[in-house]
Amino acid sequence: MLYFIEQLLNGVQLGMLLFLLAAGLTLIFGIMDLVNLAHGSLYMLGAYFAATFAALTGSFVLGAVLALAATFVSGVALEVIAIRPLYGRSHLDHVLGTFGLLLFFNELVRLVWGPAGMTLSLPGEMLTAVQIIPGVYYPAYRLVIIAATLAVAGLLYILVMRTRLGMLIRAGASNREMVGALGVNIKLLYTLVFGLGAALAGFAGLMQAPILTVQIGMGENILILAFVVIIIGGIGSIRGAFVAAIVVGLIDTVGRAFLPDLLRAVLNTNTALTLAPALSSMSIYMLMAGILVFRPEGLFPAASK
Amino acid sequence: MTEPLLQIEGLTKRFGGVIASDAITLDIPRGEFHAIIGPNGAGKTTLIGLLAGEIAAQGGAIRFDGGDITALSADRRSHLGLARSFQITSLFRDFTALDNVALAVQAHCGHSFRFWSDARRDDSLRAPAQTALERVGLGARAAMRVDRLSHGEQRQLEIAMALATRPRLLLLDEPMAGMGPDESSRMVAMLRELKGGVTILLIEHDMETVFALADRITVLVYGRVIASGDPSTIRADAAVREAYLGEQEATHV
Amino acid sequence: MRVFFGRNPRNAVTVGLLVVLALIPLYAALTGNTFVMTLFTRVLILAMAAVSLNLIMGYGGMVSFGHAAYLGLGGYAVGILAKEGIGSGFIQWPAAIAVSAVFALVVGALSLRTRGVYFIMITLAFAQMAYYVAIGLDRYGGDDGLTIYKRSQFGGLVDLNNKTLFYYLCFALLLASIYLVSRMVNSRFGLAIQGARSNERRMRAIGFPVFRYKLVCFVIAGALCGLAGALLANHTNFISPAMMFWTRSGDLMVMVVLGGLATPFGPLIGTVTYLLLEEALSRVTEYPGLFLGPTLLLVAIFLHGGIAGLFERRAP
Repeated sequence: MLYFIEQLLNGVQLGMLLFLLAAGLTLIFGIMDLVNLAHGSLYMLGAYFAATFAALTGSFVLGAVLALAATFVSGVALEVIAIRPLYGRSHLDHVLGTFGLLLFFNELVRLVWGPAGMTLSLPGEMLTAVQIIPGVYYPAYRLVIIAATLAVAGLLYILVMRTRLGMLIRAGASNREMVGALGVNIKLLYTLVFGLGAALAGFAGLMQAPILTVQIGMGENILILAFVVIIIGGIGSIRGAFVAAIVVGLIDTVGRAFLPDLLRAVLNTNTALTLAPALSSMSIYMLMAGILVFRPEGLFPAASK
Repeated sequence: MTEPLLQIEGLTKRFGGVIASDAITLDIPRGEFHAIIGPNGAGKTTLIGLLAGEIAAQGGAIRFDGGDITALSADRRSHLGLARSFQITSLFRDFTALDNVALAVQAHCGHSFRFWSDARRDDSLRAPAQTALERVGLGARAAMRVDRLSHGEQRQLEIAMALATRPRLLLLDEPMAGMGPDESSRMVAMLRELKGGVTILLIEHDMETVFALADRITVLVYGRVIASGDPSTIRADAAVREAYLGEQEATHV
Repeated sequence: MRVFFGRNPRNAVTVGLLVVLALIPLYAALTGNTFVMTLFTRVLILAMAAVSLNLIMGYGGMVSFGHAAYLGLGGYAVGILAKEGIGSGFIQWPAAIAVSAVFALVVGALSLRTRGVYFIMITLAFAQMAYYVAIGLDRYGGDDGLTIYKRSQFGGLVDLNNKTLFYYLCFALLLASIYLVSRMVNSRFGLAIQGARSNERRMRAIGFPVFRYKLVCFVIAGALCGLAGALLANHTNFISPAMMFWTRSGDLMVMVVLGGLATPFGPLIGTVTYLLLEEALSRVTEYPGLFLGPTLLLVAIFLHGGIAGLFERRAP
């Protein structure tokens, strides 16, 4: 039981990280119609910046703040230099171009930080297990991740629903040309949105750095999960990204933890033993496939362009 | 068989809060030349979309030649004998005019699971396509890529493609939109030729053409049929004059 | 023949390239440089994969981001059968094709209901799923991969261990693929596929049930790539999930776009360019990605239609 709750919470935590990534991706796609494969690179940069700044300043929190700022700036710089020429192009051009960026960033990180990866240590208190309900302990830091992401989600909600910028974002998501025609500085809007997405990705990267990994190519695995989240949630919808992220996070984590044993118990053959771990990793893709059969636009499709 | 070729019963379509088609009921006998007119936003193109099978109706039914086609896909309807032209030109821009029409012919020439022979050398496809092009006056432009054709020629190509599928019902959505006077009169002449042979449902803004060619006219306003009858009846109808012909005078085309 | 060669300078490049490729084993024998043959065998095999991707992506407009999965599936079919004691190529290779075809059928049936960026992401996700499944196959190496000790046997017909023979086999299969694909794209089927790419709405309006044609095309491309996967497994005597990682699919897409979409020899030109560029850069610098990456970006920005765009100047 304990184990189950722990896995449940791990699933939520993964879901939170996925949400941060997916929110940025879906915003960028919804507003700029841009498929961005380099999003995972910003996630990676966030982690590396955090490890570096934390080591320099000796403080995790300070390191995190600086890393967030650095990732935001990197995102803005990237948008101005490399992403702008891609707007309005075919998605294939986007894939090609941002794939090139992905390769570039992997190599850049290897150049600057070396091939070995880094570690980011936490202040002692963060690592202790906290009793959340009687008898159930869960690492404090993982709770921090969940709480921090919920806070970010809340801020995002306020931003998108209550501010002028948010209004422009929502308008841009449903009708790009109109927003331009209204005389809004589209270029600035796009840059800000991209920067916001980068910051979200970087935040996810730095948050997971102490407990998961800081290494080259770390964005590549999780990026696909983020894509699955967007497909399930509906491209352009932050709300959809949130719901889907939690679902995907839970299913993936709980599935990986329990499905092999379940399958072995039920099927009890040699094949089951071989296939069980493989099948459990398929669970979210099965979910995605299932959703596609009934609702190809996702759970909460945003208004069409 | 005196049953109308096309029977539209209570056809309804909503887009969000907007009612694009409001319980439209209409019968079109075989061989009739029927025009649909109405102010912009009246739902005329939506109606064509519903009839062609591109848009799913939310209420009502469509019967074609006695059979219920309401749930059929656009491609199945094409095989039953419906053909449409688009209001905003929709062609295969990177292909030649002949290629375009040949594809329409090909669609109705059995299945296309043939992987080996060069379809551009298949006379059973190319010949009827060339004929269709000549019928609309584009015979000489057969080898030209669509994106090099003039706007009027592209509109003509739309018709050629519709004709190439040998339809029983032609749904024409503003075929003369954006055409100059010469092209328009050529189009009118062709429509006059087609009249009586194939059943035609025409959306047009050019009132001269409409009143000259149509056997019957239906007037749509805000998705509803407000009048339907022969040209003189429509001309005399008070509601029609108020809703539409008045506007027509103001925007004298 | 006219289906291959149009009328411009790119043909000289193509013919020259084919001649060079045909002479590689001779060069290798003369100079003792076997690495060249290894490199170019890989080029030929991946070019075949690129040809299959070009069929759906270039001609069909279906931007599949999961094509490397078929390389993996084909490879694993060979590898798994080999491990289980079935070494005959007459069983392994059809199995590779069949498995790939079935996977393509399932993925296609689900993915082709979507379009645009959804389609891209979904094909990506399914390929990644295949990757994770392969990692979970502990019996067949899992993450570490599986060594294939004996290449596919064809009972004396051809010995795949003979590198030169293998090279020419791959070359022959590549040319056959290019020929078959170019016949296909000009057939009724091919025109239907190209029409669907050009204007799917129009296709439906004139009476084409577009879905089934796209699906069949998708399956054919998957099957062909599965065969390439079988070749690859033989070439490297090794298979691993890494073959299917989504960035490998990205590589394939790059090769197709670089060479020029919807051209018969584009995939070959693109593959040669990309792999040679990669190879050259890794000799010149320790950080090839620093140059390869931005190069791809520049190609995406400036060269519509890949390198072919350099040759074919759009007439006004």
